[in-house]
Amino acid sequence: MSNPLISVRGLTKVFGDFTAVDGIDFDVAKGESFGLLGPNGAGKSTTMRILAATSTRTSGTVQILEKDPEQFGPLVRAHLGVVPQQDNLDNELTVSENLYIYGRYFGLSKKFIKNKIEELLEFAQLEEKRNVKVEALSGGMKRRLTIARGLVSEPDILLLDEPTTGLDPQARHILWDRLFRLKEQGVTLVLTTHFMDEAEQLCDRLVVMDKGSIMAEGSPAGLIKEYSSKEVLEVRFGSDRNKEVAPQLATMCERMETLPDRLLMYTEDGEKLLEQITHANLHPTTSLVRRSSLEDVFLRLTGRTLIE
Amino acid sequence: MNNGINVSQIQRFGALYIASARLRSMSKWRTIIAAVDIGNPLFYLIAVGIGIGVLVEQGSGTTGTNGIKYIAFIAPALLANTAITGIMDETVFPTIEGFKWRKLFFAQNSTPITGRQIALGVYLAALCRALFSVSVYYLLLLAFNVVDFGVSFLIVPVAILGGAAFGAVILFAAAKIEKDDQFFNILGRLILMPMFLFSGTFFPLSSMPIYLQPIGWVSPLWHATELGREAAFDYGISNLMVWVHFLVLATLVVVGIVLSMRQFEKRLAK
Repeated sequence: MSNPLISVRGLTKVFGDFTAVDGIDFDVAKGESFGLLGPNGAGKSTTMRILAATSTRTSGTVQILEKDPEQFGPLVRAHLGVVPQQDNLDNELTVSENLYIYGRYFGLSKKFIKNKIEELLEFAQLEEKRNVKVEALSGGMKRRLTIARGLVSEPDILLLDEPTTGLDPQARHILWDRLFRLKEQGVTLVLTTHFMDEAEQLCDRLVVMDKGSIMAEGSPAGLIKEYSSKEVLEVRFGSDRNKEVAPQLATMCERMETLPDRLLMYTEDGEKLLEQITHANLHPTTSLVRRSSLEDVFLRLTGRTLIE
Repeated sequence: MNNGINVSQIQRFGALYIASARLRSMSKWRTIIAAVDIGNPLFYLIAVGIGIGVLVEQGSGTTGTNGIKYIAFIAPALLANTAITGIMDETVFPTIEGFKWRKLFFAQNSTPITGRQIALGVYLAALCRALFSVSVYYLLLLAFNVVDFGVSFLIVPVAILGGAAFGAVILFAAAKIEKDDQFFNILGRLILMPMFLFSGTFFPLSSMPIYLQPIGWVSPLWHATELGREAAFDYGISNLMVWVHFLVLATLVVVGIVLSMRQFEKRLAK
């Protein structure tokens, strides 16, 4: 990668005797949409706070726009937009006041911010809420406002930590649509998520993280191809029988994962496999054939599901 | 690396951006702030200054207060206490809120603004509240003829200095504590209240038994009160003591704000 916007080598962060991030490496190119996928506690947010030039690292090197964020914090932060996991808007102020004071923290002129607010309110679909206090907004609106706030300085890189956690499905889709627009405009996005569908929707490339380490890296499609089969057959025999039939089923597919409530069978052709099972006189109570997802990649890499 | 944002300008004025945002938040509470900061000490002034003042002056005239009317004697103390409680409100609450409840400081620190600037900005905005409240209160003292026109205006900066000294220390404490459960109880009942009662507010500190006087010595309120009395009317403390009071307060300001700035930076970088 020539001149990556972000370059991370051997990044480690230790809190007391707990290693939150354990020697990770990655690069992010200009215009790329890059994801950190992993369960809670994987070290994603810690990594994000270091990328945001707010938290210090224990060891390793980090270069953002060819500068060390620890040495040049304010300079680096002048080029970043940050959307934290928890909205930290000022509830006592109105929607447009929140955008205004945040713009002032970047030393932007009042005139510039005023024009920018119009643009951002439209982007965040909050035009009608401009004079409403933030505390009266819904969760989805607050998220959109937080993203809009992160864009007030026209950043080179937008960092989003768990952008849709806690939102209902409809609000998530609206948000994805907004983020997709940013991506189309060429904004470099770095996001963390523990939702595999979110990673598949938004990321050009991602790393799978677990317990502070990177387990795999690639495009969503590439990772699925490398670590999983084309299709997955999910079968349920009832919680007691699942374990009983597992050994027999395991011989019928490429690979199998036994979850508490169901069995996942990895295969190139799910319907065909289901037929075989029926022929063998095993009758699952429910069955489902689907395409492999990043969830399956994660399960393969760690033996655990993303959301536990 | 140039998107038109002038980082050196932010490095110079960042604390003022924070202060102006704080003032904007405060302005939403202006009615309550005015009522509390002006009303509260006014009640004390009337109830204690006039009411108890009658008893005091019937008993011993003004011999116990170096010849000063009782209401005038307590006025500089109430003024300094207004500065102290106002500055406390605007340092303790925003700081715990900023680090913990709503994490506003983390949002501010995601911009080129530094932790040091946030600490300084919060502090400066708190001083603005004190300047407002103390000035209005001083005008009331003039209107009610409690103090005379002239050099007595010096009790305004003196009161603010007292508030600033207490505020700088309490700002550091608020940034330092991680568990706030008992903090407000301890602060209100075990620090503010004894300080208010035992800092020579309603009687000269020297009339207390010697073992209670140290409460006054370590209290910014006592130092500000003594300085204020000297400024408002010739109270008769020595030049040496004027300097001692001033230096104690100034030292608290400097030490408190330096520690606060370091603590803000440290806690935000975790």
